[in-house]
Amino acid sequence: MTILLSLQGVSKRFGGLQALLNITFDLPQGQILGLIGPNGAGKTTLFNVINGVYPPESGRTVFRDKDVTGLKPYHLAQMGMARTHQIVRPLNELSVRENVMVGACFGHENQDLGNASKIADEVLEFVGLAARVDQLAGSLNVAQKKRLEMARALAAHPYLLLLDEVLAGLNHSEIDSMIQTVLKIREQGITIIMIEHVMKAVMNICDRIIVLDYGQQIAEGNPEAIASDPKVVEAYLGDPRLAEQLLEEEV
Amino acid sequence: MKIWHRHSGIILPVLVIAALTLWPVITGKASNRESAFTILKAIALASSLNILLGYTGYVSFGHIVFYGFGGYVGLFLLTENEWSLWTAMLAGGLASGMLAFLLGTAILRLRGAYFALATIGINEAMKAFINNFDLFGGPTGITLNFSVYKPYGGAAQALQTSFYAGAGLALLAIVLSHIVRTSKFGLGLLAIRENEDAAEVMGVVTPRTKTWAYVLSAIVPGMIGVLFFFKNGNVEPHDAFPLHASIEILVMVMLGGQGTVLGPILGAFAYQGMRGYLVTSEFFKDIQLSVSGALLLLIVLFIPAGAIGWLRHRIPTLRRVLA
Repeated sequence: MTILLSLQGVSKRFGGLQALLNITFDLPQGQILGLIGPNGAGKTTLFNVINGVYPPESGRTVFRDKDVTGLKPYHLAQMGMARTHQIVRPLNELSVRENVMVGACFGHENQDLGNASKIADEVLEFVGLAARVDQLAGSLNVAQKKRLEMARALAAHPYLLLLDEVLAGLNHSEIDSMIQTVLKIREQGITIIMIEHVMKAVMNICDRIIVLDYGQQIAEGNPEAIASDPKVVEAYLGDPRLAEQLLEEEV
Repeated sequence: MKIWHRHSGIILPVLVIAALTLWPVITGKASNRESAFTILKAIALASSLNILLGYTGYVSFGHIVFYGFGGYVGLFLLTENEWSLWTAMLAGGLASGMLAFLLGTAILRLRGAYFALATIGINEAMKAFINNFDLFGGPTGITLNFSVYKPYGGAAQALQTSFYAGAGLALLAIVLSHIVRTSKFGLGLLAIRENEDAAEVMGVVTPRTKTWAYVLSAIVPGMIGVLFFFKNGNVEPHDAFPLHASIEILVMVMLGGQGTVLGPILGAFAYQGMRGYLVTSEFFKDIQLSVSGALLLLIVLFIPAGAIGWLRHRIPTLRRVLA
C-alpha cells in the first residue's frame, strides 16, 4: 500500500488560538478519508495547511514522497492536488466551461487550451452540468456551483482531491446523486479527503475517519469504531456524565 | 472554421485601425492626421492598460509612468547615442518593460486599493526622480536637435513617418491584447481577476502571471512615449508623467468596456472625440477634466462593464464578434 499523503505533527495557530495541534496521519492511495468534528474544530484549516494556503508552524507534510511543507497552493496544484471550497468560489464572469478549463490548464497535467476544452466537456458531463457549459458561472444555483467546484478540481486529473462540505446545503436527492459522484471518482483511482457533516454520507462512503475537536485528533478509525467511540459522542454532545448529573439535579 | 471562431474578435479592431490610418491619407489634411494620431496613441495606451486592468483586474492609476519613462530613455538614446527612431523605440519599450518587471515583483503582492495607491506613488516618485536626474536634463528635460529629423526626410516628413509608426504601435497593442485574451496565459489572468485565491488553488502561479501581465501592459506605452516625444521635439518631467493622463486612459478603458479587445478602442475613440469637443468649447475648456471625472463616476455607477460589456450582456449572440 503506497502512502500518498503523510502529515507528521502538523500544528498551526492563529494568535492565541491553537487551530491545529500535532496532527499526524498517513493516507494510503485510493482511500476515502473522512474528516469530521464540531464547527470550529479546525477541519478547513487542516485543508488549508495541506494545500498550502497556510504554512504550518511546525510539522511536515509529505505528498507523493516529497516534502511539500510550506509550498504554495499553485505548487501543490501542479503536483496533483485539487480541492473544492466550502464557500464556493466560481469565476463568475467566465463561462462554466472556461471555469473548468482553468483547472485543466494549470493543474498537474498542464494542458493546452484545446485539450482543456475537451477535458472540461467530459468532466462537466460527468458531474451533470453538460447542459450549462456556455452559461456564465455566476448564473448557476448553489448546488450547481458545488458541482462546478468539483468539476474544476477533477479537470486537473488530480492524485488527491480535497472535498470541503460538498453536500452542505443540498437537498436529499442532490445528496444521493453527489454521493454517487464521489464514489465514481474513487473508482477512477483518485484518493479523497472529505470534510462532511452529513453523517449518512460519511459513514457510508469513507474507509477511515479522523475526528477533530479544538484542533486535536481525538479519534481515528473505521466508521463503525468512530460511531461508538465515547470521546466522539462527547465532542458532539458534550460530556455524557455531566449530562447525567444535570438530569439528577433536576429531579 | 475553428481558427476563424477563435480569432473573429480581432477583425473589427483591425478595421478600426485601418480606417483611422486611411482617413488622413485620403483627405490629405495635416490636421486630420494629428487628430488620428492622438486617437491611435490613446488606443495603444488604453489597449495596453486593459491587459492589466481588464484582464487581470488590477487598477493602475499611474500607468503613464511607463509612457514617460520609455520616452525619456528613447530620447536620451536619440540625442546622446544618435540611435535611430526605431531602435530607440524598441529600447524605450524594453526599458519600460523592465521597469514594470521590477515594480511588479515588488508591488503586485498588494491587492485592490493598496496596489492602486502604490501605482500613483510610483508615478510621482519617478517624476520627482527625473526632475533631479541630470543625465536626463533634470527639470528642463531633453530637447531634440533639429538635425535628428534629417534621416527621416526633414521635420515635415518625420511627422508623416511618425503617424504611420503610431498606427503600427496601435496595431501592435491590439494584436497583443487579442493574443493575450485568447491564450492560456490570458485564461490565467481572467481567473486571477475573478478570484485570485481560487486561481492559486487551481494552479495559476499568480505572482509570475501578474508580473508578466504588468510587463506586457508597459511595453507599448514605453514605445509610444518615445514616438510621441520624438514627434514633439522635447520631453519634460511634467509632460512625461501627468497623473491626469493616467486617469484619462482609465476612463477610456472603463467607458469602452474593460476586459474586451474592442472596448478600449471604442473608449479611446469616444473619449478623444469628447475631449476634442470640450477643449475647444468656450464653457468646458477649463473644466474638461472634471467632465472626465463625472463620466468615470457615471460609468462605475451605471455601466460598470463598459459599453461593450453592456452590449455583450444584452445581446449574447454578439459575444464572438465583440471579443
